[in-house]
Amino acid sequence: MKKFLLALAASAAALAAVAAPASAQDKTKICFVYVGTKTDGGWTQAHDIGRQELQAHFGDKIETPFLESVPEGPDAERAIERMARSGCAMVFSTSFGFMDATLKVAEKFPDVKFEHATGYKTAANVATYNSRFYEGRFINGQIAGKMSKKGVAGYIASFPIPEVVGGINAFLHGARTVNPEFKLKVIWVNTWFDPGKEADAAKALIDQGVDILTQHTDTTAPMQVAQERGIQAFGQASDMIAAGPTAQLSSIVDTWGAYYIKRTQAVIDGTWASQQTFDGLKDGILTMAPFTNMPDDVKAMATDTMTKIKAGELGPINKQDGTPWLKDGESADDGTILGMNFYIEGVDDKLPQ
Amino acid sequence: MIIEAILLTVITASTPLVIAALGELVTERSGVLNLGVEGMMIIGAVCAFAAAQASGSPFIGVLAGVAAGAAFSLLFGFLTLTLVANQVATGLALTILGLGVSGMVGESLVGVPGVKLAPIAIPVLADIPIVGPLFFKQDIIFYLSIALVVGVNWFLFKSRAGLKLRAIGDSHGSAHTLGLPVIRTRYLAVMFGGACAGLAGAQLSLVYTPQWVENMSAGRGWIALALVVFAAWRPWRLLAGGYLFGAVTIGQLHAQAFGIGLPSQFLSALPYAATIVVLIIISHNRRTTLINTPASLGKPFVPDR
Repeated sequence: MKKFLLALAASAAALAAVAAPASAQDKTKICFVYVGTKTDGGWTQAHDIGRQELQAHFGDKIETPFLESVPEGPDAERAIERMARSGCAMVFSTSFGFMDATLKVAEKFPDVKFEHATGYKTAANVATYNSRFYEGRFINGQIAGKMSKKGVAGYIASFPIPEVVGGINAFLHGARTVNPEFKLKVIWVNTWFDPGKEADAAKALIDQGVDILTQHTDTTAPMQVAQERGIQAFGQASDMIAAGPTAQLSSIVDTWGAYYIKRTQAVIDGTWASQQTFDGLKDGILTMAPFTNMPDDVKAMATDTMTKIKAGELGPINKQDGTPWLKDGESADDGTILGMNFYIEGVDDKLPQ
Repeated sequence: MIIEAILLTVITASTPLVIAALGELVTERSGVLNLGVEGMMIIGAVCAFAAAQASGSPFIGVLAGVAAGAAFSLLFGFLTLTLVANQVATGLALTILGLGVSGMVGESLVGVPGVKLAPIAIPVLADIPIVGPLFFKQDIIFYLSIALVVGVNWFLFKSRAGLKLRAIGDSHGSAHTLGLPVIRTRYLAVMFGGACAGLAGAQLSLVYTPQWVENMSAGRGWIALALVVFAAWRPWRLLAGGYLFGAVTIGQLHAQAFGIGLPSQFLSALPYAATIVVLIIISHNRRTTLINTPASLGKPFVPDR
């Protein structure tokens, strides 16, 4: 038995040796830290598709190692530091909750460039990049306003961070432009990734009478419930049509690839500088899954709205307590959008503080 | 009817917890602490999904989940019972290994539409209003879960074999001296735990959310482990605890959708808090708790020859 164990240990050691980096080659290492699994069908998968595009674009010139399922919290700092220590030229940390960890590690590794997704803190070697998801959610809201028979949609939300709050506002605002009486029920599941809980939330919302679902969590479980119960839904981060062939109306799809290529080129050229990127539909960092399962007039309206958003147009918006926020034709500044901590008029929920 | 709809969701959410916890209860009653429930569950989930997908039959999926869970638990049994490795460390390793292996096995299955285990209506009973759809128009795993609670309770406290198993869990030295097969019984108990965790996993990927995504058990194995302790190793209390947890989980989602205005973070923590409080109250009698705690739990056993 002892012999067997020794053999086991020896083979484990051999494996570890193989797994160690071959290094010494002249490849630029561009590293990724993911909050979920690269095949989650949502948020992280979208980032990984971007990474694959990046790898394909530069081919042999770069390496793109990644860490999956890194929890937000103390572990994130260790994971990001491990990447920085392993000789990465640039690290993409792809979750809002990695913000402080990214900045802490960046302080220790001034020569490594860091790119943090969806955050709002920067440093000399930390840039942020974000997508105007809310533009897509506004379009989704308009579609919901047209498609919902009961005029009530359900929103499965993850955590009360600005991006999610802004998404809720944008969705409802879109719906109210076509149906001023439109109502929204919100459930916070306090997780990005738990198919069971997301499905439970979806069922709870449907049982309480919503006939359109939208989600800001990462798995396709809510879409699947919508399909099963015969109502309609919007996907998130990736096209979820496979989970809801007759349920999905559209989905906001994150397309990070072009950005990753641009920033990697900057590192290779030595022109990288810290900045805050906040792009949307017009820049192609955000796209919409095909408008499906809806009549042609709704499809035409959605397409038209998309064109208008790309051109830059918005109407008046009040805050939840009825006080005016934006006048007709006025746009919010990026700081307010990135730090959004209030609901607009009409959201049927109290914002968790 | 909304109450009925809520209860249906509660049943689906509670069933995997009850099944996995019940398996662990038997394992722990034999004196073995297996912290690998989460790992065995996720292995069961991925194998059940893959088998159902390949064969087109969810029933074959269920069988595969049970078999995979039991087979995976054998690894734990071999390490802790035959090689007398530390049970806590091995159990943790089993969880980590299970999560990793399932991710690897299931990589090609992500995003593949699942096969749902169809409910079986029991004639006549299914037509009773409210009770019928809730309890007699369910999938086979739900029926199994109830049968298992009844069966395990009978086995542990009414059968000779169950008495022997409990004796082994309480004092493996004395049991060994009496000539009881300590190691063999523990192997069987560990495998029963693995089979139950596998069945719970099959419920996740064939009933709860008929799909495969990595990590889909999302901590349910750990909740099952906690339930066993808080239920003081009694099957009926465990059933109550599992359903209480499920009910509060679903209840808080409905409360949010109704817009009751309580902080969602508090509501999310409520199932844990409520279950702990209630089970502590049930088990407040220290004497009964002591009597029910397997005294040899987690201790290594090396028979002297």
